[in-house]
Amino acid sequence: MFDNLSDKLNSAFKKLKGRGALTEKAIDEGLKQVRMALLEADVNYRVAKNVISDIKKRALGQEVMESLTPGQQVIKIVYDEFSRMMGSSHEELSLDGKAPNAVMLVGLQGAGKTTTAGKLALYLKKNGKRPYLVPVDVYRPAAIDQLKKLGSQLDLPVFQSTQEMKPLDICLAAERRAREEGYDTLLVDTAGRLHVDEELMAELVGLKTGLNPAEILLVADAMTGQDAVNIAGSFDKALDLSGVILTKMDGDARGGAALSIKAVTGKPLKFIGVGEKSTALEPFHPERMASRILGMGDTLSFIERAQDAVDQKKAEKLEQKLKKNQFTLEDFRDQMASVRKMGSIKELIGLLPGVNKKMLSGLNIDEREFVRIEAIINSMTPEERRTHAMIKGSRKKRIARGSGTTVQDVNKLLKSYTQTMKMVKKINKGGMRSLRGMLPF
Amino acid sequence: MAFNLLKKKGNTPEETGNGLFGKLKQGLSKTRDILFTDIDELFSSKRTIDDSLLEELEESLIMADLGVDLTLEIMERVSKKSKKLSTADELKAVLKEEISALFPAGSAEEDPSGAVKPQVIMVVGVNGTGKTTTLGKLATKFTNQGKKVLIAAADTFRAAAIEQVEVWADRANVGIVKHREGADPAAVAFDGVEAAIARGVDILLIDTAGRLHTQKNLMEELKKIKRSVGKRLKGSPHEVLMVLDATTGQNALSQARLFNEAVGITALALTKLDGTAKGGIVASVAHTMDVPLKYIGVGEGIDDLQDFDPNLFINALFD
Repeated sequence: MFDNLSDKLNSAFKKLKGRGALTEKAIDEGLKQVRMALLEADVNYRVAKNVISDIKKRALGQEVMESLTPGQQVIKIVYDEFSRMMGSSHEELSLDGKAPNAVMLVGLQGAGKTTTAGKLALYLKKNGKRPYLVPVDVYRPAAIDQLKKLGSQLDLPVFQSTQEMKPLDICLAAERRAREEGYDTLLVDTAGRLHVDEELMAELVGLKTGLNPAEILLVADAMTGQDAVNIAGSFDKALDLSGVILTKMDGDARGGAALSIKAVTGKPLKFIGVGEKSTALEPFHPERMASRILGMGDTLSFIERAQDAVDQKKAEKLEQKLKKNQFTLEDFRDQMASVRKMGSIKELIGLLPGVNKKMLSGLNIDEREFVRIEAIINSMTPEERRTHAMIKGSRKKRIARGSGTTVQDVNKLLKSYTQTMKMVKKINKGGMRSLRGMLPF
Repeated sequence: MAFNLLKKKGNTPEETGNGLFGKLKQGLSKTRDILFTDIDELFSSKRTIDDSLLEELEESLIMADLGVDLTLEIMERVSKKSKKLSTADELKAVLKEEISALFPAGSAEEDPSGAVKPQVIMVVGVNGTGKTTTLGKLATKFTNQGKKVLIAAADTFRAAAIEQVEVWADRANVGIVKHREGADPAAVAFDGVEAAIARGVDILLIDTAGRLHTQKNLMEELKKIKRSVGKRLKGSPHEVLMVLDATTGQNALSQARLFNEAVGITALALTKLDGTAKGGIVASVAHTMDVPLKYIGVGEGIDDLQDFDPNLFINALFD
């Protein structure tokens, strides 16, 4: 079986060695794998279908970036589209209205509302707010007790509701109390309910009308399957949510529900719950979620790093030089430096398409070797770097001294450089398709 | 199990009147709803077997959370066979066979009140699936069957979990063994078995804290609970019931696998079927783990836990 999407894509693209723009055939083949990955991650069937067709429209005719394979290029498009869908950055709660502002937590049973209420209160307190926990779950046995206990564990104030009170009465009384005590944010922990329970959904609408909350957050389980669209859609329709908190993200669920929920509601994911501890609440980062759903953090980070490290214009210039066999030792050094900027060489080779862990196990790369090579080239004069043929005996000695190496080392470098140049001449039409061509060692 | 159902139906008038019967009927329709409500619709109009029918079928299976792998597996076999078929009805029969084959036969399952006393049932699962609620409903169910039931409140971690299970014990009118919050859950379970033996109880239900299957030390804690139960009463726990949430997607497989590795699951319960989730992943779990699905939760009420009978389910699904 395939470990992740990038493996799948690599195998799908093995046959495709074409260059330039992505062909429809290549895209279809790649997107089939992407679709499977989405479904395996619990992205809703119809959402996945729409995403795929959007991506296809974007991908058609796109140029393949010089530093990427077609498979990686498709992943990049998918990833960009995902990040775009998820929102570009973390969105904070908007609690700047006249105090006290209310934050309502809603969701199904067992999604983690009460636990999240505690975590969120702690988070707000750390950010200079004065939160007030308001237990409104009068249905589940001991739900109110749970929040009261959490409150005392975390040293946070809790409104003393009782099961006999009506939810709206609790909220209004808590609001009055907050004004008296100077609490600026109410965290309203509502009872878990099914989105198809009309009576209980109507109760939430009543709370919204009576309380006019600044935020209504859906608390949803990261492990939710296909039904996420129905759940989130119903809550959003009834309440016009302001955001979503995804819980139980410390498990191994891929969390495709995040994409489904975002697609259906259009509301931002604001936080994720990542553990049993009360501090285990983190701001949501769209790009991390995208790579988690795709199950391919490695390749994505490689693509990111490649994008950062390789300046497009520079790369084009280099390719021109290579084509004209004008690739000097200077270029060689620059290229190596930009590769090294991306991480350790072994790690990078491991990320390359077609390279698996088995192949890597026999590979013993001395990272210091690259430092030596850089030092040697740095010890040359600009002229020497441009015309390596002029480097003879006494120059070699000087360079070895300057770089703290030996004449043998300098010879070795010059030899591999000439070999590389021979290779470049041969594969000139292949250009810099893969980084592997750049590593003659 | 079908027999059970009929027997209960006979009991209803003097017990709770129409309520329980209504629930049973509702339960049956819920059973029918699991996985594939839409499939009947696919077959309802007199359609011919073509690619679009097969594609819609595939969509329904995936939308029911059956999972990509299992769906593809089933679809491959179904579409292979479909070449020899001419009507959608025949295709339906093929599909019925395929789905029946997913559920391990649960017929040889005996009543947990059977041989040894007390029967120890340990309830496990990730956070928020409805362990305590399921346990409360089970307590009621067994009590109604004339069994003497005891509950051990071994979720000592979550705030007010003990209070929660106490409420259920009250409702079911059964005894409870508890320690303080933060106490060693294995010790609570051990005391539970001890008390169950001393009091001549038929069934001991052990409530455990919800835990993510990926939390190594919490899974170790669960193993310890099981060991300590076995230490006090050889051969126990007799049942390790894993509670799955019907809204859960593919992750249920990973949950079941890791819980099984830790404590050996013997039965499944599927909760929250009264929503719109189809809970198809349970078919995947039952299939890959070879563990029977015993109960389904269809509501908040104390009677809203139904026996799950695969045969009944398949028939209800297609008739």
